[in-house]
Amino acid sequence: MRVQLFATCLVDTFYPETGEATLKLLRHFGVEVVYPEEQTCCGKPPDSGGHAKQARKAAEHFMSVFSGPDPIVVPSGSCASMIKNHYPEMFADDYRLFDAAREISSRTFELTQFLVHKLKAHEFGFVGRGKITYHASCQLTRELGVREEPLALLRSIEGAEFCPMPLADRCCGFGGVFMGKLPEVSMALADDKVETILESGANIVTGCDHGCLMNISDAIKRRGLTIDVKHIAVILAEGLR
Amino acid sequence: MNRVSKAVSFRSNTVKALNDPSLRAAMRHATSTFGKKRADGIGDNPFEEWREKASEIRMNVLKNLEQYVDMFAQNATKAGSIVHRAKDSHTACDIVASVLRDHRVDKVVKSKSMITEEIHLNSYLEQSGIKVVETDLGEYIIQIAGETPSHIIAPAIHKSRQQVGQLFCDKLGCEYSDDPTILTKIARSVLRQEFLTAPAGISGSNFAIAETGSISLVTNEGNGRMVTTLPPLHVAVTSIEKILPKVSDLALFLRLLPRSATGQVLSSYFSLITGARKAGESSGAHQLHIVLLDNGRAEISKGEFKEILKCVRCGACMNICPVYGLIGGHAYDSTYPGPMGVILSSLLDGLDRTHPLLDASTLCGACSDVCPVKVPLAKLINQLRQKKVELGLASMLETIGMTGFGIAVEHPRLFEFLQRAANRVWPLAGFIDAKVSDRLPRPVASSFKRRVS
Repeated sequence: MRVQLFATCLVDTFYPETGEATLKLLRHFGVEVVYPEEQTCCGKPPDSGGHAKQARKAAEHFMSVFSGPDPIVVPSGSCASMIKNHYPEMFADDYRLFDAAREISSRTFELTQFLVHKLKAHEFGFVGRGKITYHASCQLTRELGVREEPLALLRSIEGAEFCPMPLADRCCGFGGVFMGKLPEVSMALADDKVETILESGANIVTGCDHGCLMNISDAIKRRGLTIDVKHIAVILAEGLR
Repeated sequence: MNRVSKAVSFRSNTVKALNDPSLRAAMRHATSTFGKKRADGIGDNPFEEWREKASEIRMNVLKNLEQYVDMFAQNATKAGSIVHRAKDSHTACDIVASVLRDHRVDKVVKSKSMITEEIHLNSYLEQSGIKVVETDLGEYIIQIAGETPSHIIAPAIHKSRQQVGQLFCDKLGCEYSDDPTILTKIARSVLRQEFLTAPAGISGSNFAIAETGSISLVTNEGNGRMVTTLPPLHVAVTSIEKILPKVSDLALFLRLLPRSATGQVLSSYFSLITGARKAGESSGAHQLHIVLLDNGRAEISKGEFKEILKCVRCGACMNICPVYGLIGGHAYDSTYPGPMGVILSSLLDGLDRTHPLLDASTLCGACSDVCPVKVPLAKLINQLRQKKVELGLASMLETIGMTGFGIAVEHPRLFEFLQRAANRVWPLAGFIDAKVSDRLPRPVASSFKRRVS
C-alpha cells in the first residue's frame, strides 16, 4: 500500500518529531510513504479567519500537489477535516473543481482513522508506560466523527494506563486564529482544560492535533506542572512492538 | 439601525469579564448546571429525529415567510386581536406607546421578552412617562440593578444569590438574605401589588400560530399568565419569524424547547392565547394588540444567513459555548449574546458595529450540535467572517499577513523560506503581541520538510 503524507504546517514548522513518528508508524505497518515536496498549507488558518480567497488558493495548490490515486494521511483532525469537509463546500459552485475536491476528500484520512480502519494497528497493540489521558479535539470529533479510533489505539498500549479526561471534547481554546484574536480567553480556556487533565490523574496528555497540544502545553508550562504533552503519533511510534 | 455607532471593543470587554472572579464563578456554575440538565432532558429521546423535523418546519416558514405572516395576521384579526405591523424598532415602540396612551395607561407589567429588549421598549416607554415593571424574577433583578439581560432565558445568570440579596437589601429596603426562597418571596410580594393595579400587560410570544392567529408563552414562574390575564389590556410584541404553521406543530416544539433550554420535559406554564376575552369567557385581557416586528428579518430570510431565523431562543448554544461560559453575556454588548447572538446581532445591527464579536468563537462546533432546530451556528459565524473580510473590516496586520500567506502558499520555496525566517526573527515577534507569541514555541531551524527530503 502506498500513501501520500501531508505533514501539516504546525508539524513542519514546530514539531518535526511528529512527522518522523508518523513516517515510522506507517512504514512499520508496511506502508510505502510518499512525501510530496511541493506541499505547503491546507488553508485552514485563512478559512477559519474568513479569508476565503487565500483559503481557496491553498486548496487549489493542495489539490494539484496531492494528485494521483494514493490515500492522503494527515496527522491532524482539523487539517484532515479542512480537506475532507471544507474543500467540497468551498468549490460547491465550481463544477470543475468540485469533482476534484470530492475526489480528494474521499481519499483523505486523519492518521488514527487510517491506522485503525486501514491498518488495524490497534489489533497489533503497542507497548508503553505512564498514565495517559486524551483530549478529543473539535474538528476531529464533531466534523470527522473520529471519537473511538484514538481511544482504541491508546487502550491497546500494554504497560500504560488510560485515564479518561472529564469533558474531553470541550474546546481547549486554541481555535487557530482565535488564540491570536482573544489570547486572554484562549489562555483561560486552556487553564480549564489543564484542570480536567489534573482530574484525570494522568502524567501524559495526548491528542491528534498539534494546535490544541501547543495551547495545552503552554498552559501546563505556565502552571509549572510536570505533565508531558505528546502527539498520539509520537506515543504510538515509541511503543511499536 | 445605527450605522455610525462604533465597533464593540470586544477584546477589552473579555479581559474585564475574565478579571471578575464572582462573574466567572456564577457563569461556571450556571452554564454547567444548564448543560447537565439539558443532557438529562434529552436523555434517550430521538433528538436527531426531532430536530430534523423541527428544522424542516422552520425552514418552510422562512421560505414562505410573507404568506405565513399574512395568514397569521388575518387569523389573529379574525380571532379578535388587533394586529400591527412594525418595520423597525422605532415603529414598534411607537405603536406600543400609542396603544398605551390611547388607554391612558401609566404603568405596565411585563413578562420576559427578548424582542422588547431588542427594540429597547422599556426606556422608550419610561421616556413617554409610563412606568414599566418587569415581573420575571430574573428580569426584575436586572431591572432594579439597572442592567441588561446577560442570557436570553436566564437574564440574571451573571449574578450570585449573595449579589441579589445585597441588591434587594439596597433597593427594596428589606433585610439581607441570600436564601433564594426568601428572595423570591420578597419579589413576589412587591410584584403581586403591581399585577393587581397595572392597567396593561406586555408580553412577547415564543411561537405565533398561523392557522389560528394565536400567540403562545412558555414560562416557569406564572408571571406570564398574570401579565396576559389580569390587566384589561394586553400588548404582545413578537417578531415575524416566530411563526409556526399549525397548532399541532407545537407538540414537537414544546418537546424540544424546554428540554434544550432548562432540561425540563415541559415548562411549568404554557399559554396559548387566541384573541381577546370573548363574551361569556371568564379570563383574558379585554383587548389584545399584537405587534409584529420585522426589523430586517424579511430581508435576512431571503439571504445566505437565513438559517439563523430558525432559532427558537432556547439558549442551549450559549450554555455549551466555551467562550460565553467564561465571559458571560454583557461582554458582547448586544441584545443577544453567545453563538446565536453573534450571528443575529451582526445581521440586525450591521457588521461595522458587531464584527469584533465574530472573534467570540473557536469554531469548535459544540453549539451547532446542541441546536434543537439545526442552525449551523459555527458555519454561519465562519461565513460572517468572510463577509467581514469582504467589507474590508479585518485589521491591517491581518490583511497584510493573509495577503502574504496567499502568495506563499502557492510557492513552496517561498513558504519554506518564510518558515526559516520565522525561526530567526522569532525573538522579535513579541513586539506584535507578546500575549500571543509567548504562548507559541519557537519555529524549528530545520523543518520536517528539510529533514525528510
